[in-house]
Amino acid sequence: MQPCGSLCAKGLLLHDAGRLDLPLQQRGQIQLTLPSVLGMLRLVKTISFLDQQTPYWSVTEITSYIRQSLESDYRLQDIWISGEVSNISRPASGHLYFTIKDSGASLRCVMWRSQAAQLARLPQTGERMQAHGHISVYEAGGTYQLYADTLRAAGEGEAFREFLRVKSLLEAEGLFEAERKRDLPVFPQRIGIVASPTSAGLQDVLHVLERRFPLATAILSPTPVQGEEAPAKIVSAIEALNSALAIDVILIVRGGGSAEDLRAFNAEDVVRAIAGSTAPTITGIGHETDLILADFAADRRAPTPSAAAEVAVPDRQALYVNIYEQRLALKTIFQEGLRGKRKMLEQCMARLRFASPRVRIANARQRVDDHLRQLGIVISHHIDLHRQEISTLSRTLNAIGPAKVLARGYALVLQKEDHTIIRSVHQVKTGSTILVNVSDGSFDAAVTGIDHALDEKAVYRTDSGLE
Amino acid sequence: MTKKKSMQNMSYEEAFQELETIVQQLESGDLPLEESLDFFERGQSLGKYCSDLLEKAELTLKKLAPSENGAFAEVDFLLEEE
Repeated sequence: MQPCGSLCAKGLLLHDAGRLDLPLQQRGQIQLTLPSVLGMLRLVKTISFLDQQTPYWSVTEITSYIRQSLESDYRLQDIWISGEVSNISRPASGHLYFTIKDSGASLRCVMWRSQAAQLARLPQTGERMQAHGHISVYEAGGTYQLYADTLRAAGEGEAFREFLRVKSLLEAEGLFEAERKRDLPVFPQRIGIVASPTSAGLQDVLHVLERRFPLATAILSPTPVQGEEAPAKIVSAIEALNSALAIDVILIVRGGGSAEDLRAFNAEDVVRAIAGSTAPTITGIGHETDLILADFAADRRAPTPSAAAEVAVPDRQALYVNIYEQRLALKTIFQEGLRGKRKMLEQCMARLRFASPRVRIANARQRVDDHLRQLGIVISHHIDLHRQEISTLSRTLNAIGPAKVLARGYALVLQKEDHTIIRSVHQVKTGSTILVNVSDGSFDAAVTGIDHALDEKAVYRTDSGLE
Repeated sequence: MTKKKSMQNMSYEEAFQELETIVQQLESGDLPLEESLDFFERGQSLGKYCSDLLEKAELTLKKLAPSENGAFAEVDFLLEEE
């Protein structure tokens, strides 16, 4: 038996039809078509005629009966059909009519306007599609149809299954782990680009790089980015960059496209190559809502090629600002440093001045001056004292000195030659010169006579020729 | 002390990092005066070098083309290809 959920093209399956109780065989079902059913019903009619039952089915009755039979088969109510689409028509009513067929049979389909309106696009003749819906009968036309609610391209289902398979496989291997993501170099000198050489995405990337960081060298590893051969070529492109010299970061970019266009970036080989790249990777694959496995595997993801380039390199303008700030800091710090040093120097000079020998000399000098002054005072004092003493002594001396005596009329008589004091008449002879000091001066005199009157040693004689 | 690499061969990254290092060292403050002067001058040169690099740079485009032995060679690449 065909698997549940798919239409057996070989015939209808009737079961428990009430009046008809036909055994089902394992192989080769009874070939039932409407004509043969009617044939059987004629037979029934014949039998029932014998039974005296209702002799005829009306067309409506039989058709209704068939329809109910089909609709009560749960296996026909939720089915996917796969085949080639043709005879597409969409009249003004908005409903979509088409045939889906393969080499053995064909099936008319209808999709009501409300669901047809939700299709992204109409199918094209010859396209392999998958339709979902239920089987029933269009009674007025005497046809059975698929009443379709969903229509998709044949590849999509498989693509989605493959996507899920690869996703869970690689996720389990840990390729999407956040810890695996590497840091990007801040100033990448050599930037690898995996892109189609004619794509606008590449142009965008190069313009961004030129504007923001022209210091770099961009190295293109060209590859087709969609189509049958794309996955293998993308893998080679990545490997080529990894084997080249010192690539700092790899950008993997393509512009936007349909899910079918982007299929290559969900391919297992491509995702593995990105995850295993020796250089860090940035994806810039334009897609709006779908998930792309390449994004999960890369070290960074960006929504577009331009955005990927912006992530990869710093902005020249920002770098200018950085340089300016550093130079400013350089100047400021250096000048502050100078100021600091100058201040230290001045402080030292101040301390030096304070500790200088000059001060000590000056101090010492001052002390000497003080001492000298002091000395002067003392000596003066002493001199005064002495003077006083001298004048005292002088007065005393005067009091007892010869001046008073002389003033009383005594005279001091000296030898003229040697100023010896003459006390005795024996010291002179008549005619010797003597010096006589009286109170107010002195004069010379000559001895003219000698008188021994007071001389104790004198012998009394008469004055007869004593010389 | 910094290694006095010839400035012409320095990448932008190296030059800028050295500039930052110099600023930090000056900031930490304990340099002898002559070294401060040297550092300051080198910092000024590095700043100018970085500015010049940015201003005069032009993006270099290369493409990987397969060469004989299966490895790849870098060839120049013109954006206007087809």
